[in-house]
Amino acid sequence: VNATVAPEQGFPVVERSCTLLRNDWVNARYTRLQLEADAPQTGAQAGQFFNLLCPQDGEDQPFLRRPMSVYAARPAERRIEFLYKVTGAGTRALAGLRPGEALNAVGPLGRGFTLDPAWQRVLVLARGVGLATMAPLVPLAAARGMAVSAVLSARAPADLMREEFVQGTGIEVHAVFDSDGSAGLDRVEPLLRRLIEAGCPDLLYTCGSARLLALAQRLCREYGLRGEAALEQQMACAFGVCLCCVREFEVDGERLHRRVCCEGPVFDLQQVVADSAWVGPS
Amino acid sequence: MTEMRVAIGRLTLKNPVMPASGTFGIEHSRVMDFKRLGACVTKSVTPKLRTGNPTPRVCETGAGMLNSIGIPSKGLRHFREHVLPAFAACGTPLVVSVSADTAEEFGQACAELSVPGVAAIEANISCPNLEADGMAFAMSARDTMAAIAAMRERTALPLWAKLSPNTGDIAAIARAAEDAGAEAVVVANTILGMAIDVNTRLPKLGNVMGGLSGPAVKPIVVRMVYQCARAVKIPVIGCGGIMTAEDAIEYMLAGAAAVQVGTATFLHPRAMMDVIEGLERYCAARSISRVAELTGAVVVDDQLSESALRQAIQL
Repeated sequence: VNATVAPEQGFPVVERSCTLLRNDWVNARYTRLQLEADAPQTGAQAGQFFNLLCPQDGEDQPFLRRPMSVYAARPAERRIEFLYKVTGAGTRALAGLRPGEALNAVGPLGRGFTLDPAWQRVLVLARGVGLATMAPLVPLAAARGMAVSAVLSARAPADLMREEFVQGTGIEVHAVFDSDGSAGLDRVEPLLRRLIEAGCPDLLYTCGSARLLALAQRLCREYGLRGEAALEQQMACAFGVCLCCVREFEVDGERLHRRVCCEGPVFDLQQVVADSAWVGPS
Repeated sequence: MTEMRVAIGRLTLKNPVMPASGTFGIEHSRVMDFKRLGACVTKSVTPKLRTGNPTPRVCETGAGMLNSIGIPSKGLRHFREHVLPAFAACGTPLVVSVSADTAEEFGQACAELSVPGVAAIEANISCPNLEADGMAFAMSARDTMAAIAAMRERTALPLWAKLSPNTGDIAAIARAAEDAGAEAVVVANTILGMAIDVNTRLPKLGNVMGGLSGPAVKPIVVRMVYQCARAVKIPVIGCGGIMTAEDAIEYMLAGAAAVQVGTATFLHPRAMMDVIEGLERYCAARSISRVAELTGAVVVDDQLSESALRQAIQL
């Protein structure tokens, strides 16, 4: 397969062969990957993603690209970063990349999160690798003097990427775990209620869990709180033309399909049909 | 300078490279300039509104992928009002892919799509024919002829027939399309396939079966282009697993007058640009004055080839 890239100026989306700067385990399950990059890729917004061409020369030969939300885009440092969990052929092949090697990235793609400068407080509800998708909101909100409360859910304390999420800001984090039962819906619901009632957030963001999404949807409806959810779906083209990444939405009482790649991956929380297919990256 | 223009019936393209239907859309203007393409080809539109198949709609395979998208369609009116105007600005000939459930419906759709801004109609006859127990039109010469004839009657636009590789004798289908008035045949659509997850024992596609595309299909479809080009006088447009300019050249040597690039665009969104530039370089390096000279220029002894073909059919 021809992997040469002929960059062309003036397009908002580009395919670039990027030099890999770092690809290290941050804990037993998650890896942090840094690429050298330039505009327009370093202009990626929180919630946007890149479609990565995983290496084809190893044991795994993942034919399709893998969409991955951007963990950080740093124009001044000419870097884009990703946090990912090794789950299948694509991410396994990615994990084998070493500094100095090239990784072909198409992006930035998709519609990111809304962050209105007029807001005073936002609430984040993340599970697992969903934390990486919402992490870019944290420094952005902090820079605007916005308060962030985060409920971070993980299997066990060792899996939680707290520092990777907080990034030196003083945001309020409530970590909940499967290992001690604190991540159960019966425990998370009262916690969220307390945070909503005490903080009156302007918006709730969620990513990474279908059951947390359903809970957030119910609570947001009850409290009249706006919400946004970043969704995952298997993709092929990532431009909105192949129609493979559709999920179901309910808009004004009507069920319809929307393309996660270009109409999302961030959607109005209330329009997501919570029980529709949930497929994570492999 | 090589003359890159090619004639597909009445239509002249500035070069022989265009997208395969279903793998290209106005959204790609974010990553490439459509002015450089030989033509733009839209995703199939159907007269009836369709939601498409259940997910998962694609899965990867060795050197390729399966898809069972199922032609989601917002109908002809939405197409005319929203899709057509978006393409008008680029000035590149627009080929509209159309699909329908019956020959009559194909004809009616062609009539409704014969509007300014449409340069040609590509008939996606690889879809189920509701009047033949759901067997695809392109599986039978008779059904192909009926569908193409119904369309030929209802439009003055150039009409291309996109054939299915899932038939035993694609050359016979190509002849039927030609006889019914098609001005080109596109060879070919995806090859029916299936994949199963051995852990869950579930089919990897929500629709159980789907169409295989990508480099895995190329030798099969190159053979079909070769067979069709020998069987018909109208141009053959090659489509199947083209990733590079070399692949496109191979198709042209087999007999294709132009090529369509599909799955490659999923992996490299600007793949068609690379194919065009590579084709120009190949011709320049060999002092080829017209790219059209490549069409059918494979070096095969004619007599030997007839016998080889007969043997291949017996295998």
